[in-house]
Amino acid sequence: MSRQQTQRLAVIVITAVAVLVFVPVILVISYVILSGIGTINWEFLTAMPSNGMTEGGIMPAIVGTLVLTMGTAIVSMPVSILAAIYLAEYAKDNKLTRTIRMAIVNLAGIPSIVYGLFGLGAFVLAAGFGTSILAGALTLGIMTMPVVISTAEEAINAVPQQFRTVSQSLGATKWQTIRHQVLPHALPGILTGMILGLSRAAGETAPILFTVAAFYVPTLPSSIFDQTMALPYHLYVISTQVPGMPLRIQYGTALVLLMITLTLTLLATGVRTSVRRRRDW
Amino acid sequence: MQPKISIQNVHYTYADGNEALRNISFDVQPNEVFVLFGPARSGKTTLLRLLNRLSDLTEGADFRGAITFNGADIFGRAVDVYNLRRSISMVFAIPTPLPGSIRANLTYGPQMAGLRDPQVLEARVQHSLEQAALWDEVKDRLDTSAMALSGGQKQRLCLARSLAMEPEVILLDNPTSGLDPLSTAVVEETLRDLRERYTIIMVPHSVQQAARVADRAGFLLDGELIEVAQAERMFLHPQNKRTEDYITGRFG
Repeated sequence: MSRQQTQRLAVIVITAVAVLVFVPVILVISYVILSGIGTINWEFLTAMPSNGMTEGGIMPAIVGTLVLTMGTAIVSMPVSILAAIYLAEYAKDNKLTRTIRMAIVNLAGIPSIVYGLFGLGAFVLAAGFGTSILAGALTLGIMTMPVVISTAEEAINAVPQQFRTVSQSLGATKWQTIRHQVLPHALPGILTGMILGLSRAAGETAPILFTVAAFYVPTLPSSIFDQTMALPYHLYVISTQVPGMPLRIQYGTALVLLMITLTLTLLATGVRTSVRRRRDW
Repeated sequence: MQPKISIQNVHYTYADGNEALRNISFDVQPNEVFVLFGPARSGKTTLLRLLNRLSDLTEGADFRGAITFNGADIFGRAVDVYNLRRSISMVFAIPTPLPGSIRANLTYGPQMAGLRDPQVLEARVQHSLEQAALWDEVKDRLDTSAMALSGGQKQRLCLARSLAMEPEVILLDNPTSGLDPLSTAVVEETLRDLRERYTIIMVPHSVQQAARVADRAGFLLDGELIEVAQAERMFLHPQNKRTEDYITGRFG
């Protein structure tokens, strides 16, 4: 085979593989949309389940997932951003820093069911929060942290070094420099990481299994110490635990969950693109 | 007369062992343009960065000797390094506006120092731009992005940004490096006007520029100060053979 032929073949193979990546995404999304779209109506989104969840809507699960996602943001955002600032701006290359980085890498690698069990032991039982939104949000928050810390640190490092030097040459302190010249430019990147982390958290089942998710509660949660239904767990329940569950409700639920995570992902991409376009350095 | 800045027996070695400055001593008098010239990597920028302690940002370097500003040790315990950097302000070789408007660039330094009064800030903006000979060109677009300015305008903005802090000394590290001859002439002329109010220490773009703008000059070579003299004597009758070789273009 001549060099030109090898070259052509390589391009064909690489392109084919790239297209292959695309195929399952499109298949899954379009299949869920086609199967679930007929179920979606105002009642499905805003009514409580009825008749053993085989009729009515899935409002409590939607609300539960939204509340949990917000809770996750409140738990993980401040800690993650501060940790990222520390790592990017202050950390010296020493044992402490290496330990922290090691911990973050390991946090990212822990299976989600282990987070669930950890949440059960630490927050539900030891801390005495019970099976509650608080315990669930804390568990999801910790699970989200490594992703948010890494993307936030990356975003902070991407701010050109000379802005820091110039700022300090103008008599700004290190913190003023971070506050006024680094964080504003890193914020979109931080936000992107945050939203991606949240979209993952919104779709997770294992971490909420023992910490917050309820099989069925007839009311909406009224405090952070209440249990709540949540979409991923609800989907699991109606797909495997309830006999005679109509398929259309299962697909409808799957579609709603998919739309929430998809919206978050698209939002993250949107933030990134719009900021890149506006930035003039 | 007390020198504005006095440098005594300064040695400076980077963390990697590179001896950037060796036994440097000289004084800079108030309201003079002092030019530090010499070939690349002779220690000019290192020396400038020491004078307002931007060198603090470089870790692991070894400094010996003494530097005083208005008679006081700049490394003294009581010195507020942030005030020092406002009093001795640096303009970098590559013009680097901060992202944001022209106005925001000019008010940043004073604001970080705690100045809030909008009228005072506004006056600083206009005054500093006028001194840097940029006011007429940008007065109608102060709120547009500083990044949209031309190279020469950016460098004068950076100069104005330093002036807005009302410094006593301005450090200029090759301020015309990326500029065309016309912009260079504008900047040089601006510097001549500024010496009445400020002390200027400058690393020039070339020996020719050094000769054009200097009141006094120092020739740095390999981290050593070879010769310090009045500009006329330095560029017409250098005492040291190496200075003469460099000025006449035999090396460098």
